[in-house]
Amino acid sequence: MNMASDPNPAPPGEAARPAEHYDVVVIGGGNAALCAANNARRAGRSVVVFEAAPKFYRGGNTRHTRNMRVAHDEPNEVLTGPYHEDEFWDDLLRVTGGQTDEELARYTIAQSKELWDFHTNQGVRFQPSLGGTLSLGRTNAFFLGGGRSMLNALYRTAEDLGVEIFYDAPVVALAIEDGAFLSATVRIGEREFVVRGGALVAAAGGFESNLEWLREYWGPPADNFLIRGTRHNRGSILRMLLDAGVQPIGDPTQCHAVAIDARSPKFDGGIVTRLDCVVFGIVVNRDAERFYDEGEDFWPKRYAIWGRLVAGQPDQIAYILIDQKSITSFMPSVYPPLKADTLAGLAQQLNLDPQKLERTVSEFNAAVRSGNFDSTVLDDCRTEGLTPPKSHWARRIDTPPFYAYPVRPGITFTYLGTRVNREARIIMEGGKPSANMFAAGEIMAGNVLGKGYLAGIGMTIGGVFGRIAGREAAANVRN
Amino acid sequence: MYATDTQQEADRIMTICNACRYCEGLCAVFPAMEMRRAFTPGDLNYFANLCHACGACYYDCQFSPPHEFSVDVPQTLAKLRGETYQAYAWPRAFAGVFARNGLAISLIAALSVAVFILGFVAANDPSVVFATQTGAGAFYRLMPHNWMVAIFGAAFIYAIVALVMGFRNFWRDIGEPSHPLDDGGSIWQAVKDAASLRYLDGGGMGCMNDSPRPKDGRRHAHHATFYGFMLCFASTCIATLYHYFLGREAPYPWYDLPVVLGTLGGIGLVVGPIGLYIAKRRRDPAMVDHTKTGMDVAFIAMLFLTGLTGLLLLLLRATPAMGILLAVHLGVVFSLFVTMPYGKFVHGIYRFAALVRYAKERRAHEAPPKAAAPAGARPVANPG
Ligand SMILES: Cc1cc2nc3c(=O)[nH]c(=O)nc-3n(C[C@H](O)[C@H](O)[C@H](O)COP(=O)(O)OP(=O)(O)OC[C@H]3O[C@@H](n4cnc5c(N)ncnc54)[C@H](O)[C@@H]3O)c2cc1C
Ligand code: SF4
Ligand code: SF4
Repeated sequence: MNMASDPNPAPPGEAARPAEHYDVVVIGGGNAALCAANNARRAGRSVVVFEAAPKFYRGGNTRHTRNMRVAHDEPNEVLTGPYHEDEFWDDLLRVTGGQTDEELARYTIAQSKELWDFHTNQGVRFQPSLGGTLSLGRTNAFFLGGGRSMLNALYRTAEDLGVEIFYDAPVVALAIEDGAFLSATVRIGEREFVVRGGALVAAAGGFESNLEWLREYWGPPADNFLIRGTRHNRGSILRMLLDAGVQPIGDPTQCHAVAIDARSPKFDGGIVTRLDCVVFGIVVNRDAERFYDEGEDFWPKRYAIWGRLVAGQPDQIAYILIDQKSITSFMPSVYPPLKADTLAGLAQQLNLDPQKLERTVSEFNAAVRSGNFDSTVLDDCRTEGLTPPKSHWARRIDTPPFYAYPVRPGITFTYLGTRVNREARIIMEGGKPSANMFAAGEIMAGNVLGKGYLAGIGMTIGGVFGRIAGREAAANVRN
Repeated sequence: MYATDTQQEADRIMTICNACRYCEGLCAVFPAMEMRRAFTPGDLNYFANLCHACGACYYDCQFSPPHEFSVDVPQTLAKLRGETYQAYAWPRAFAGVFARNGLAISLIAALSVAVFILGFVAANDPSVVFATQTGAGAFYRLMPHNWMVAIFGAAFIYAIVALVMGFRNFWRDIGEPSHPLDDGGSIWQAVKDAASLRYLDGGGMGCMNDSPRPKDGRRHAHHATFYGFMLCFASTCIATLYHYFLGREAPYPWYDLPVVLGTLGGIGLVVGPIGLYIAKRRRDPAMVDHTKTGMDVAFIAMLFLTGLTGLLLLLLRATPAMGILLAVHLGVVFSLFVTMPYGKFVHGIYRFAALVRYAKERRAHEAPPKAAAPAGARPVANPG
């Protein structure tokens, strides 16, 4: 394509280089970026994708996903029942506590109905919900083979369409004038290239892997956060856009965070580090004290608050304690639990004060009122006279061996982003829409998600706005 | 806890996979894994033989190398499969054939071809070996039919016994308590799954042999090889029936059943192995078991030679080359039979057994529970 117009073709042996100009420049390499790129290319535009990560790590957080929430009025071969727009909206309203832009959110939900076909046309395949997550079988479409498989399909389609893709190619500067995109500077190998573009799609994720930035809002505790996904979502593009006068949206401290195994790698531990056993035991902090109601509600409704809860504890660490009764009741996780025949023995392994831990457990045990344990309903096993209480599924921790999992806050993605309208068009300070800049995915998720999270909506937002951004960018090529 | 490093590695990887489960829809291995929380060595050996090496889970895995979790399911299970072939070999003394398989099989093949040629020359007058033989019983002028039946019958029965013993070893090792033949439904399911290579298609996307772009060449080549082999086998059986029950002696005219089946089978055995070899050369090295000692290629080559010499024999059976060709063909087929229990052929046996086991497990798993499931038996996960 535009390679032909390159006045300085790369000498043989040197890595490929970008052309001087493309109609549409897409920054990022995940779901949002590829949906935009493919759609713009289908509209006949020349399109380049700059992905900061190496090829294997392409598609930052998208490669870790498993499903996408879509509204639909009829069940199909995979989705077990209808999920109407109104129900989707109610769910979103509940988790965000109303902190969402209703117009954009309702529009996202309406558009999500088309994602199944849009993705299927890009080679993505779906399967019924995975073992262990049956509660999502009606609302969420699971990617066959997971997020990386889905991403491979998007990239195959991009290659077939003739989208030019550069890996290991971070964009390091943007030239923006009067709210209009002119060019991007991309670093490939040792060299930097200035690439002019007719329109920009910013789909470079949030800033969750930028620990210094997180520290600005969270202080030193941020050092103890683990990042569940890519190390490449450092928010550099978000920062450049905000510095160029783009209107921000979202609370910078809001993010999706869960409690994950403290032994996980700093970045990219992905789904396997999650722990789903909180409801079966108790959770204590460094001082061997409980700090929150472990049985407040069903786990799928509560898992996403535990990242914040642990972040609020000293040293940002906590320990889930269970006994022999529960060890097989939850999805296995990647690291084996610590195990001991006595609580004191377990405390020793965890560096907790053994007497204190024994006291916490015996106080808990004494407060447990026996009932009919049933993890599938909000049962009547609860504590009495204990603060904090355990409202459901409370069973005495008294059957050795005892097990513990250490947990830390695991950040999934941040919500601070660029304000957009329903064309995915970036809004400048003062409210003026940009002439040719669009945003999709995590980088603008805060428009829909003010706080809280609804499983699978990250991919919905990326797909819906990626698709729109591609179409609109193709229609608004300026130079 | 495990006998070998490969098992240790397979356990490590399956533990990660069981916490992830994203590949659940790709094949039978992952659902089988999900039925367990911890894995015995037999479980791992069962998974290894259940894997069809379609490659999908390697390209779909967010944790494959260079990720620090370094999850490479196809390579690890391939290595483990190789180890199980040795472990189940009967008699044990011959397990070593797997260790230098390419070399061993080539030597046995060469030797057996040489013995047949020498035998022909020694037993017959040169004028018979190198003359043009036609008409009914032409082959048997070079080697009496009863001899042929005795030698090949013995080789065949030996192969069957050794394979059955290997099968038994496998069945015991994977800890399957029931009798292998007591569940017709599961066997039928396994027959269908094996015959269609159901799990060589990445859950519907296709086999990923060299890149995340699925291609079906390998599957088609395997079909050509397998059905080619079966057609040749059927041709031989029918010819034997003709001989004993109808008193009709080979060679048969081109339109007769044994020749038609044998020709089609021979073509399959030539084309299929070529396709398999090409796929093998192209395979992503990241998924290959580099400790294998030519086992795959040796088997592919043996099948190819069986097909090729059979076809040549058919084409040239009315020329003076027939005598030598017959000796070569018989030599190749003989060595194919006797090496079957000690080469790649066993993959079909163990994989089939694994499919039967899987079908059984699935049925048991999906059957309505006799009593109410114990409380908390349904694990819940955070939805991501
Ligand atoms: C473990 C895990 C599981 C998840 N599971 C789900 C799920 O099941 N369902 C769901 O809906 N959501 C899930 N999410 C959230 C989901 O991953 C995100 O919402 C979604 O992937 C965002 O897509 P995106 O395209 O905006 O960002 P990404 O997929 O992260 O892509 C952003 C890309 O931008 C690139 N980039 C960053 N800076 C630059 C730069 N300067 N120049 C060039 N490129 C740059 C990065 O390399 C990255 O590839 C999960 C997240 C994690 C971490
Ligand atoms: S191969 Fe990778 S993606 Fe697939 S189940 Fe295992 S860990 Fe998950
Ligand atoms: S290679 Fe294919 S058959 Fe083997 S485990 Fe992976 S997906 Fe299953």
